[in-house]
Amino acid sequence: MAKMTMVQALNLALKQEMAADDRVVLLGEDVGPDGGVFRVTDGLIDAFGSERVMDTPLAESAIVGMSIGMAIYGLRPVCEIQFSGFSYQAFHQLENHAARMRWRTQGRLSVPLVMRAPYGGGVRALEHHSESREAYWAHTPGLKVVIPSGPRNARALLVSAIRDPDPVIFYEAKALYRAFREEVPEAEETMPLGRPQLVREGRDLTMIAYGALVRTALEAAEQLKGLDGIETEVIDLLTLAPLDQELLAASLRKTGRAVVVHEAPRSFGPGAEIVCRLLEEAFYYLEAPPVRVAGFDVHPPYFSRERWYMPDVRRIVEAARRTCSG
Amino acid sequence: MPRHRLVVPDTVEYLSILDHQGNLDQELEPHLGDEQLIELYRAMLLGRRFDERMLDLQRQGRIGTFPPIKGQEAAQMGAIINLRPSDWFVPSFREVAAELWRGRSPESVLLYYNGFNEGTLLPAGQRDLPMAVPVGSQILHAVGLGRAAGYRGTDEVVLCFFGDGATSEGDFHEGLNFAAVYRTPVIFVCQNNQWAISTPLKKQTATANLALKALAYGMPGIQVDGNDVLAVYSATREAVERARNGGGPTLIECITYRIMMHTTADDPKRYRTEEEVAVWQERDPLTRFAAYLQRRGTLDADRRDQLEAEVLAQIQAAVERAEQQMAELGEPLALFEHLYADLPPNLRAQREELRTTLAAADKEVRHG
Repeated sequence: MAKMTMVQALNLALKQEMAADDRVVLLGEDVGPDGGVFRVTDGLIDAFGSERVMDTPLAESAIVGMSIGMAIYGLRPVCEIQFSGFSYQAFHQLENHAARMRWRTQGRLSVPLVMRAPYGGGVRALEHHSESREAYWAHTPGLKVVIPSGPRNARALLVSAIRDPDPVIFYEAKALYRAFREEVPEAEETMPLGRPQLVREGRDLTMIAYGALVRTALEAAEQLKGLDGIETEVIDLLTLAPLDQELLAASLRKTGRAVVVHEAPRSFGPGAEIVCRLLEEAFYYLEAPPVRVAGFDVHPPYFSRERWYMPDVRRIVEAARRTCSG
Repeated sequence: MPRHRLVVPDTVEYLSILDHQGNLDQELEPHLGDEQLIELYRAMLLGRRFDERMLDLQRQGRIGTFPPIKGQEAAQMGAIINLRPSDWFVPSFREVAAELWRGRSPESVLLYYNGFNEGTLLPAGQRDLPMAVPVGSQILHAVGLGRAAGYRGTDEVVLCFFGDGATSEGDFHEGLNFAAVYRTPVIFVCQNNQWAISTPLKKQTATANLALKALAYGMPGIQVDGNDVLAVYSATREAVERARNGGGPTLIECITYRIMMHTTADDPKRYRTEEEVAVWQERDPLTRFAAYLQRRGTLDADRRDQLEAEVLAQIQAAVERAEQQMAELGEPLALFEHLYADLPPNLRAQREELRTTLAAADKEVRHG
């Protein structure tokens, strides 16, 4: 198996899906000869031509709105928004139309589009380039929100997202794009949407994370073991909506303690929903109040102060020790 | 350094075939047979009478808020009759006459406006989008459909409706730009009914007219008398043919007027005068078309009465069917259907929650 970065793995997913299904088309700003600003679509215009890899004018609402029309017609558009911070200009198309079309037509029309967008901090980017606002999408009935945490699951989840009959917001942590390589099989691989994964077993504490922070959580788990002998179970959510709490609750019943980690602002963020579900499902198993380690309720700081905003190993370890000490 | 006038080769035309009294410009008369003309008249009449009946029903509390179409029947029907069934129809929210022409049942319209999402059900295989409430947002879907048609190598076209207010939305500008760049087969029909709720056209745009906005995007634009069904038909026909032959999109501005309120929740007396309305009532598209048909010898008083009776009977039957369906539909558990292709576990749980609530409420009614 070849070792790939997440960018290469995503490229492989797109390339194979396009080869297998001529309904799959790509569109977005600079996705053609330039290969996208992060090069995820690199070389695809050479392989599939400009009819299938469409460089669009600069207009996010139109990119998504046009994708809705193409999806209704039966194509499988995968549109790229260069940075999630610019996806808000397409918000109303997703909220008002993509998320509702199946519902408002009693299942006659559906919108099987994927909106890919790099999200989150960690690469010292410009203003408006580091937001982690996935809660906006997860709050919208009818949308699915998928966030991979590494090359291999990014490839498999993107294939599944493209084949999914519903609109999928596919958030790619740009901190992960080239952070590390992983073995990715050439042969087709898919992963079910809406199914979290246990990535580390433990008996003392449940840690729930997604995207770039799964790796941070795993590092924290390692430190906790070394420092305090705390055995941490780490769950990678992979899909934020629809959110499946079964695995999460089962883990909490075992450990009695939970820490939820995300980059999104803390208030009304995904952590609030996850903790609430844990309380509903496994309240009587709790040994201590669940804790959120999240971004502060401020806009992501400009790059030199960015590291004080994003949850890091130190903050996660501190929170975990606090919740385990009671 | 030079400073000189740029040559802008494009222009927009204004087209009118029937004047306000229904007098014909014979040179411009389109080739429509008697049967087609009667069919067109009947469709406009159905739109008008159904609209009037809906207003009565709304005032009686038998349906909810809706946007009346009165006065805009020509702008809708003149355009829509150019579509083949395999073409795509993308409405905004004031195209009931065109929707009925495309095969939507009047009872589904009543169901929808009474709050039953079952009323959104379109005929199977119909290439129509459901109405779009967010102003102008559907324009982009039309462009996507046109792009997909191009990708599939078909000769299908897309007819997209919107109002004058929509031309201020970003989606209008993005949509027309994309349509022209990709040369999509989309006909953009702007029903300029002069008012976006209480905002008059002169406060909506600083351009001399809306048709000329087409020039900024690199597509043909034309302004037509939107209360003249023959003018709307001819302009749309030309645009449809151009689109079908690979000539790309067209913007058609139909000058028309919303005789009634924006929606039944609106009171137009707050922002416009009765004198203004009276002027437009004299330009009624239906009486004008009837006058033309009468002069042509296509429609006499008897036939007119017969059509009137037919249409009223059709509407009455639809109202009765709709009210029966509403009584039968009952439980709102259908709210959970069709949100996703497969219902996720948390929604299954929420559906059960509602089912329990409904059962408890039933019990209360029975025992309380």
